[in-house]
This record gives sequence, C-alpha cells and structure tokens, in this order.
Amino acid sequence: MSGPAAGYNFGYLDEQTKRMIRRAILKAVAIPGYQVPFGSREMPLPYGWGTGGIQVTASIIGEDDVLKVIDQGSDDTTNAINIRRFFQRVTGVTTTTLTGEATIIQTRHRIPETPLHEGQILVYQVPIPEPLRWLEARESETRRMHALAEYGVMRVKLYEDIARFGHIATTYDYPVVVNNRYLMRPSPIPKFDNPKMHRNPALQLFGAGREKRIYAVPPYTDVVSLDFEDHPFEVQRWDATCSLCGSADSFLDEVIVDDAGGRMFVCSDSEYCQRQREAIS
Amino acid sequence: MKPLLRVAELGKRFGARTAVADVGFDLYAGEVLGIVGESGSGKTTLLRMLSGQLTPDQGRVEFTARDGEQLDLYALPEFRRRLLMRTDWGYVHQQARDGLRLAVSAGANIGERLMAQGDRHYGRIRDEAIDWLQRVEMPAERIDEAPTTFSGGMQQRLQIARNLVTRPRLVFMDEPTASLDVSVQARLLDLLRQLVAELQLAVVLVTHDLAVARLLAHRLLVMKDGRVVEAGLTDQVLDDPQHPYSQLLVSSVLQA
Amino acid sequence: MYVAVKGGEAAILASLEQVDAARRGDRALAAISVAQIREQMRLAVARVMAEGSLYDPDLAALAIKQAAGDLIEAIFLLRAYRTTLPRFGTCSALDTSDMLLQRRISATFKDIPGGQVLGSTYDYTQRLLDFTLLAEAAAVPALEAVAVEPEASPRVADFLAAEELLARESDDDGSPPPDLTREPLSFPASRAMRLQNLARGDEGFLLGLGYSTQRGYGNSHPFAGEIRHGWLSVEYLPEELGFAIDIGEIEITECELFNQFKGSATVPPQFTRGYGLAFGHAERKAMAMALVDRALQAEELGEPVAAPAQDIEFVLYHSDNVEASGFVQHLKLPHYVDFQSELELVRRLRREYQGRQECSGEPE
Repeated sequence: MSGPAAGYNFGYLDEQTKRMIRRAILKAVAIPGYQVPFGSREMPLPYGWGTGGIQVTASIIGEDDVLKVIDQGSDDTTNAINIRRFFQRVTGVTTTTLTGEATIIQTRHRIPETPLHEGQILVYQVPIPEPLRWLEARESETRRMHALAEYGVMRVKLYEDIARFGHIATTYDYPVVVNNRYLMRPSPIPKFDNPKMHRNPALQLFGAGREKRIYAVPPYTDVVSLDFEDHPFEVQRWDATCSLCGSADSFLDEVIVDDAGGRMFVCSDSEYCQRQREAIS
Repeated sequence: MKPLLRVAELGKRFGARTAVADVGFDLYAGEVLGIVGESGSGKTTLLRMLSGQLTPDQGRVEFTARDGEQLDLYALPEFRRRLLMRTDWGYVHQQARDGLRLAVSAGANIGERLMAQGDRHYGRIRDEAIDWLQRVEMPAERIDEAPTTFSGGMQQRLQIARNLVTRPRLVFMDEPTASLDVSVQARLLDLLRQLVAELQLAVVLVTHDLAVARLLAHRLLVMKDGRVVEAGLTDQVLDDPQHPYSQLLVSSVLQA
Repeated sequence: MYVAVKGGEAAILASLEQVDAARRGDRALAAISVAQIREQMRLAVARVMAEGSLYDPDLAALAIKQAAGDLIEAIFLLRAYRTTLPRFGTCSALDTSDMLLQRRISATFKDIPGGQVLGSTYDYTQRLLDFTLLAEAAAVPALEAVAVEPEASPRVADFLAAEELLARESDDDGSPPPDLTREPLSFPASRAMRLQNLARGDEGFLLGLGYSTQRGYGNSHPFAGEIRHGWLSVEYLPEELGFAIDIGEIEITECELFNQFKGSATVPPQFTRGYGLAFGHAERKAMAMALVDRALQAEELGEPVAAPAQDIEFVLYHSDNVEASGFVQHLKLPHYVDFQSELELVRRLRREYQGRQECSGEPE
C-alpha cells in the first residue's frame, strides 16, 4: 500500500467522526433492519452519489483491508471508479475487482453474483432508506409505523399490483422484512438480488448520507421479500444468456448494438462475466 | 353481562373553554347510542375521546376486550390502542374521503385491515372484499375501481365495508349520512340498521339530525355546552323531552 | 459497444482537465484574483458564506473562483472543507444590539431613535444598466461607509417588547445549541434547530416559500420591524481562561418581522416575530428566512397548518441546496440495472395487455 494523501486523516474522516459512525453501525447490527439516525457529514462527493456508503466504508476500513467498488454491478463505471480513486487517495489501501478477494465491497444497485463469504462486508449506497416513504411522506409518522410494526399498508401496494396486472409489479428496491421484525428497503438493487440477502454469511451495511440513516443485516439473518401466499415472490428470468460468457443465471443488462435496434444481453456483474470467460477459455 | 364500553366523568378543556364535562354512560353489545346536539355542543370532541383520538383531561374510558379483559383506554400502550382501532373498532367519518384511501381500489380499501392483521393470502382477501361489497349492496365487478369514481353514497358504503371487514364489535359514526342527498340517506340508513342488527354491533352515533337518531339509536344523550342535559330511550326523549333544551331541539325539527 | 463502459478512469481524468480549461476561459484576458472576487463580488461571497455555514470571505471567494461562479457548487466546496475543521467550542451568543450599523431601516415607525439609515442598497438604483462600467477604469469615488454607533440605535423589537406587545421568545437556558452539521434533524424540531436549518437554507427556496405566505398560502401579515446590516464582534470564552475574548468581527444582516396575532386561550393578542439572520449583506435572504420562520411557528401558536411554508418537515427537509443539488443530479448516474428491471416489466405488461385485447376480440 502507498499510504494516504498528505493533509488528510486515514479514510478522510477524523477519528471522532469514525467512532460516532461505528457506534451507529453497532446499533444497526444489534437491531437488524432498524434505521439508526447518525450525524452524517458533508462529504467531498455530492449527496445522492454515495455519501452514506462512503462514510460507512471510511469508518470501518483499515490498512489491511482490500476494497472493491461497484456501481450497477460493474467496477468500470465512472462513479465506481471515482469512489475507488477517492479511497485510494485517502487510505492508500489495496483495491481489487475480484469479489472473492475483497474484504469490503461498496456497491450501488447490485449484489455481486459470486457468493460472499464470512468476514466480508458489503456496504450499500442508499438513496432513500424509508420503505414506507411513498405511502407516507412524514418521517414522524413512518417512525411510528416502524415502532408499532404497522406494515399493512405496504401490502396494500402489492395487492393493487396483483389486482391490476395479475402479478406484483415492483422490480427493484423490493421491500423485505428483516429478522421477522423491521420492514427494510434493500436500496435500488433488482429484486433478482433479494434472495442473496437472506442468511448471507457476509455483514451487510447500508448507508444513506443525505437522509442520515444507517441500517444493517448481520450475517446469517433472515431477509424475506414481501409477498402473498398465493402470489409468491419471484425473480426476473431472461430468455437470453450472456453474449460474452454464456451465463444463464446472472443478471443481464441489455445493450443496444446498432441503429436498427439490434440488442445483446451481457452480465451486469463485469467481474463475474470476466471470470466465467476465463474459465471457458 | 359486562358493558362493552364504560365511560365515566369524561372531561376536556381547550384553554379556558370547557369542551366536554362530566360525561358518563355504559354501552352494551348490540346497542346503538345516539349523541345529539347542535354544532359546538361537544359531541364531536366526545366522540374523539371515546375513540382514542384525543386524550381527555379527566375521566376514564374502559373497553371490554374479547377475552373479557377490562382495558383502560388511555392507560394502554399506544400499539394496543392502535391495534384496537383497526381490529375490534370501526370509525365511519362524515366525509368518506377522510376514511378511505382514494388512490387505491375498492378491493384494497376493504382488504387493508385484513392485511394489517397479517392475512397473506391474496385470493382470500379478495373474496372477503367481494363478499363485503355485496353486503353493502355494491356491485362486485367494481372491486378494482378507485373510490373517486364512486358516487357519494357508494363511497360511504365502501367506508362502512372497509370498517366491518374485521368484524369489529364497536363502531363510531360521525354524522355518517350528513353529506348525502335525502334519497341516498334513506337507503344508507336502512342498510346501517340491517347491518347493526345482523352483526350485533355496538354503535356510538354522533348526529345533529334527530330523524337519523330516531331511526338508528336505541338510546340518546342530548348534549349542550359540553354537558349531557338529558339521557334516555330514544322514543322517550324525542316524544316527551324533559329538559328545555331537548324540547327546543325537538320542536325546531317539527317546525322545519 | 460493451467496452463503452470501460476506460472510465481516463475519461474522468480528461474531464478534470477540461474543467480547469473551461474555468480559465480566454487566456488573453488576465485571470481574476480571489481578492478581486472578495472585494468586488461581496454579495456572492456573502451568500456562499451563509449557505456554506462558514464565515471566511477569502475561502468563499476562492470557492467562487474554483466553481466558475456557480454559487451552489461554491457552497458545496466550502461545506466539504468546513466538515474537516476541528471544533474549538461555541462562541458567546451574539447580541445584535451591539452592532456597528451600516444600514438600518424600519417600516413600522416613521422615526426611531438612531434614525433610518439607508446605507448601501440597490432599492433605489432604478436598475438601468450602467454602460460606464463597460469602461475598464471608470472612476468610483472612495467613500468611508457611515457607521452608526450602537448606543444611539436600540432595536425596534425592544420597544414593543417593553410594552409586552411582542411575544417573548423562550429564554436561553444556556445549553449548547444543536449543531445540524453534527447531528441529524429530528422531530419535533426546536426553534433553534429550525433557525439553523433556515440560515443554511437555499435563498431561492426560502424566497419562494416566503413569497407564498404573502400570497395566501399561510396566513401571514408581516411588517418589516427592522432590518439591520453591519458589523459585530464575536466573543469566545475559553474554559481555561475564565473570561471572554474577542476573536474578530463579522458582517451580518438581521431581519425582524412582526406579525399580528389574535391570541389564543392562553396567549393574549400581541405581535409575534419572524427572525432572519445571515452572514454578510444579505437582506433578501434574511427577510425570506424571517417569513418562513414565522410560518413554521403556526403549530406552536395554535394556527391551522395547511400551507407548504407551515409544514415543518416539508420545509426543513428540502431547504438545503447541497442535498437537493446532489440528489437531483444523481439522476445522471447510471441506472442500467433498475431500468433493465423496468424494461423487462413494461415489455411483459405490454404482452399481457395485447393478450387480453386479442382474447376480447377488440381491434387494437
């Protein structure tokens, strides 16, 4: 490792702030799915671009950590690169694109296809942490609804979908119940990724900077997607396979390849795709 | 038999003004209690205190739970009180839009309480919703339509169905027919009377309309300036009012 | 095609170079200096300091230069710097009665002790473009700003308060004020929390909200009791020293609006106060803030809460332009995954729709 940039504390945040955030994280781990308010700092990246995830990562990262940053499943998108560059500058830690080698993975909108293992931490960037927000705009009321576990209204939304379309029409940021208690937004990951959260061996941390909330799913915790007995939760399936690696079980992005509307499908997880290709050749 | 609702010495002040003072009564299962009086007499404030929405300054409201336990309403933790409100109790607002979710379908409006109770079977929830639409004499095929497409009378029926789906034992009604045309009122009153008898509901009914009170209520409380000035069987109070204020109320209706 | 998402790092670096080049503009012209911005764009500097929550005219001017004049970007830069600064403590509460006044007006009394002092204001400039400013070296006379000593000009609010015609603000209990940059907003939000939020809030947002209260969205009939602009010493009391020391002077603008209040069961009829305070010379901001501060007191005063400006959660959660700017612009970030999910759903819904149409035999 090369050491952090001069003039800044390791991880950018000062140690007091890191301690404050770590206390919030501990509380979040102790009450899975509960949104812990925290004194979110003004970061040198814009709100809505990952300030919550960055603060969580900055508070837990140590010199021996190996960091991977993805956005939309890919290590190569500009926002992922920018955040990785930020941490290289302010911590000097080793970075990687390999899911298996990373100790901390900061993500926006995806869970890697490669299964995570014990000891890893997955840090989600969260734009809107409150699952009840579209049904109730007031924070004071949604906090009360969580306190009293009044979640019936969330099912009303699913009921409406089925009544209207014959099936649930929520495709991403699909609400889950954590540890049989708190309703939680998984952040805008596709519902394809929801089952990966359930009893995952890795620690999952969620940071919302602008909304000043941290929440967590500890390892091996139940995470159940909301559904009805006679309309069970199901994930997206594609008719196509990945044009590059041939994978039939990963989340596929559609790419428009010519003016005539020609399309191909490729893995959204670029590292997984790369390794699949290497395995074939 | 224990009374379902037991109210004693209930009082509420707003600043220097006394809104409700020293109100007490017992209400039994299957009984409809009318609270009449002109606007400003304190009847709506009283209803809000009885239904857990406004903390009284004085007195007690006790409710007998299904298992026979006597619950002191304002000593209950909030979650128990809110649970009561969406299971064992109902509340029918004067304006249907205050009691309905206007953005979701009729079926979802009726099903909401079932889902809040943890029913996780779509088909069953939907069947219940269809059943209740029929019981309030609404066409079942309109189950997927939004309440905004319904007439005022239909909205009120929907609000009633939404409340009754969890088989509450006690329903509060705040001027349930006041915002409807006279012809629509009559049909709705008929339906209410039938449902109350069929389901053995206890009802606290607030109304300024003595005709509504006569049709639905078994007993009446007449309120003036926050106090009960006369109480008794409906026919008795309306045919032979004792208090000068009750006499005035009754005679003003007769003249109208 | 697929490789389009590769090469992001090189693209970012190239973009950074372009930012620098675009900021510099025509190299035939002299670069603008930070000192020039500080001295000649003082109102922009004031806004960046106020909404950046940091009183430092040099750094604010630097931020304006670095942001190529984009004030919200400059505010963001200043805030990101501010967050790294250590905290020594909290200064003693400012008493604006002690201001060295450069401007002071009241719309409620024709004459007041100390008089009306017009000072520097754009109010009476007639807004004709001054083409002489096109000439590089148009001479402007150097004037010493007239300052009015504080003893001669007591605050207008104090006259009304002496007669008990103005609502008494709850006394300062000496506890340290909340710090919104260190702790999250929580509800019910105290007046101190609200004022702090509004002081950092976007001028445009507060202006629109304040305006809405005047047009009937919220029942507000304010009078400009007093607007004062000038300089004030800041004192800090180090515990180890035991006495307050003067740590410098700051330029501020204060606005107090008086609103008629008809009284409630427990409060007699009187005037209530909307309060605005901003760094630098910033009358529009201070007045808008005062309007919104008063509107947000509706609930406490037993007034109906119906208008947007009276809705505490709505106002406080949406006033911060750095938060708003970031979240609005995050829509520029890739959303391939969410969009792919929606694309798949819409295609499916269309198939089902077409299936239904065909079943029912209706023409499309």
